[in-house]
Amino acid sequence: MSHIKTGHEPLIRIAKRDAISKPKSIMIRIVAVLLSLVVSGAFILAITGQNPIRVYEVMVEGAFGTSRRSWVTIRDTMMLFCIAIGLAPAYKMKFWNIGAEGQVLIGGICTAGLMRALGNTMPTPLLLVVMACASLLGGCIWGVIPAIFKAEWHTNETLFTLMMNYVAIQLTSYCVSLWENPFGSNSVGIINQQTQGGWFPKIFGQAVSLNVIIVMALAIGMHIYLTYSKQGYEIAVVGDSVNTARYAGINVKAVTIRAMAVSGAICGLAGFIAVAGASHTISTSTAGGQGFTAIIVAWLAQFNSAIMGLIALLLVSLQKGAIQIASQFKLNNYASNVITGIILFFILGSEFFINFRLILRGKKGGEEK
Amino acid sequence: MKKKLIGIMMAMTMVVGLAACGGGSSSAPAESGDAAAEATEAAEETAEEGGEAEASEEPVAEGVDVTAIKVGQICVEDENSGYDAAPIEGLATAMKNLGMDPATQLTLVVDIPEDETCYDTAVDEAEGGCGIIFSDSYGHQTYMQQAASEYSDVTFVACTGDMAAPSGLANLKNIFPHTYESRYVSGVVAGMKLKEMMDAGKVTDPYVGYVGAYPYAEVVSGYTAFFLGVRSIVPEAHMDVQFTNSWYDPTAEGAAAEALISKGCCIISQHADSTGAPSAVQAAHENGKEVYCVGYNIDMRAVAPDVALTSAQNNWSVLYEHMLKCYIDGTEIPTDYSAGINEDAVMISELGDACAEGTAEAVEAAWAGIKDGSIQVFATANFTVQPTDNGSYAVDEEGHLTSAFALDSDGDWVNDNGEAIIDGAFVESQLRSAPYFSLDIDGITKLN
Repeated sequence: MSHIKTGHEPLIRIAKRDAISKPKSIMIRIVAVLLSLVVSGAFILAITGQNPIRVYEVMVEGAFGTSRRSWVTIRDTMMLFCIAIGLAPAYKMKFWNIGAEGQVLIGGICTAGLMRALGNTMPTPLLLVVMACASLLGGCIWGVIPAIFKAEWHTNETLFTLMMNYVAIQLTSYCVSLWENPFGSNSVGIINQQTQGGWFPKIFGQAVSLNVIIVMALAIGMHIYLTYSKQGYEIAVVGDSVNTARYAGINVKAVTIRAMAVSGAICGLAGFIAVAGASHTISTSTAGGQGFTAIIVAWLAQFNSAIMGLIALLLVSLQKGAIQIASQFKLNNYASNVITGIILFFILGSEFFINFRLILRGKKGGEEK
Repeated sequence: MKKKLIGIMMAMTMVVGLAACGGGSSSAPAESGDAAAEATEAAEETAEEGGEAEASEEPVAEGVDVTAIKVGQICVEDENSGYDAAPIEGLATAMKNLGMDPATQLTLVVDIPEDETCYDTAVDEAEGGCGIIFSDSYGHQTYMQQAASEYSDVTFVACTGDMAAPSGLANLKNIFPHTYESRYVSGVVAGMKLKEMMDAGKVTDPYVGYVGAYPYAEVVSGYTAFFLGVRSIVPEAHMDVQFTNSWYDPTAEGAAAEALISKGCCIISQHADSTGAPSAVQAAHENGKEVYCVGYNIDMRAVAPDVALTSAQNNWSVLYEHMLKCYIDGTEIPTDYSAGINEDAVMISELGDACAEGTAEAVEAAWAGIKDGSIQVFATANFTVQPTDNGSYAVDEEGHLTSAFALDSDGDWVNDNGEAIIDGAFVESQLRSAPYFSLDIDGITKLN
């Protein structure tokens, strides 16, 4: 009875993998990237008639072609990386912080306001410390508000943090009209353009060095915090199971609020880096959607600092390369967005093959391939 | 364990990469201190010459090979946007006219937002060998200024900008066409239609509506010029302005036009980039309303065949060509360059079928008057304003201007660059290229 063949066994079945060896998972990812390059190469050839290899070369040139381009790529990578670091504790706790965009803006507002007010009186190193503290505090408050509501009244943090973004955007618009320069332009313009008061100073001859130093320190700090500290462990337990955490005597409310305070503060600091270390102005596009992109970065990397850095670098390089091929081959930017989309699709898709495996008809289901 | 190892390797790679890049960046821009000093120096020069152009410092050899020059262009969107099509086409035309090949000599970068990406792009183009770089959106200006302060041997032209003279940078330039001239003439076209409707007894109240983007000087100057054009034909005309607070919003522009029509406006004009308003006017006309429209930038007859009278238009290639020619010849590049009908930098689109009889002749007469100077668009005798106590302008007992600030960019009620009233007219676009007429004249009501 048990051996009756139904004839309806599907060609392919999908089964969850119990575990996968490290080299194998890396192999799958490499294959995914190679496949994505082949597919987008075919796309380029079919649609534009350009040599795909040449297009890839130009993309690399766009991101790293000159030392300045490399530095711009690194600067933007650091920004995205910093937000991802900020999101890591929240997401590890399964607190869906969609509000990084707003937390970055609040940090940016604090920084820009202080830069305008004190840029020409306070010495820059001291001002940088003041601005950093203010942006940490601002982002922290912006992150803690939804956390308190979640902890005390079980509000939905996804909606709450999302709504906080809109409040932050409106606040930014208000500040822009308050600080607009020149009068009537509806933009703040570059703050302290002549004196460069409150700008990141050049270190080792590079304006971007401080961005890298701060974000690298944060990355290492966050890695230690999440992996080795008691608080990091509590975050992981709450993330896995709130009931387990309660049973183990963890104060879930306190952990929730504390983790969001850290998360919001670091996102606020990202706003400080964006304003003082990159744009030297504030606008509603200061965060520029990176608060959302960083979620992909943090989640894909499973909160591993080094991997987050790599993914941020990949995303930013793709974007820089996309602009370059649009300019050089007179391609529409949409064409390069399609290429970025194909590459991301394959990378995300590879996660499926890492977590699941396909079983062809006739193969024994139980055996590990 | 492996995870940690990779992490450490990553960190090492980044640190090493950092050190390598730190050593390799030899192409250091001008020190900020020097730039500031230059800026002050240049600012003094500018002040002495009353905001007029100063000599460009870069030496360009005589008989220079035009095919060796590289030109950069930064656009806020691509050529599919109604706004960017004109600058993209204009610069390509200008280059062709001067014997340059846009395909090889022009580095065009599109979709650059108004943030530090503009600075990065401008600097990238400068380092890539572009000698003159044009941006096309107002918000790009502050980043162009930043780049200009660091790359003194490259000329940066911020289109629709206004900070070239105040910044004091010798290599930052602004250009702007005399759009107020084409606005005035399109107002004449509207006035002729209004008069025809009144003569036929279809309209008793000469009520005009205007859909404006933002309450900025550029828009105020434009609608005032349009209104003065209407009033040159129908002296008792009055106008309402509804702002949409967006440069491009077809829905809001359509809704604003509908609101104005329902208030009784029989001519609708616009300073916003979409076809929203003309489409709404066409729809109202099909529902039996006697209403017509005057557009901007593009010929609106495609969307409003029965109601479009004409559109005020700019010819950017004239301005680009002038700047490029100065650059090529090594002559002084004006800090502010603006040009009007005398240089063919402005025009109106072909008259629609709905235009009143005699419109073509009235348009001819208006252009001729502007060309020979017998028509001053902002002649003080043509309009009145309410007295003010903030000191930015003064009026006689009838309300005609006797003096006015040309520019007060920081809103501190101190005149920035000179007297605007010269020989009985408010002189627009001469003290700087971007429009600065922003007074509220009698007869125009701002609804929001």
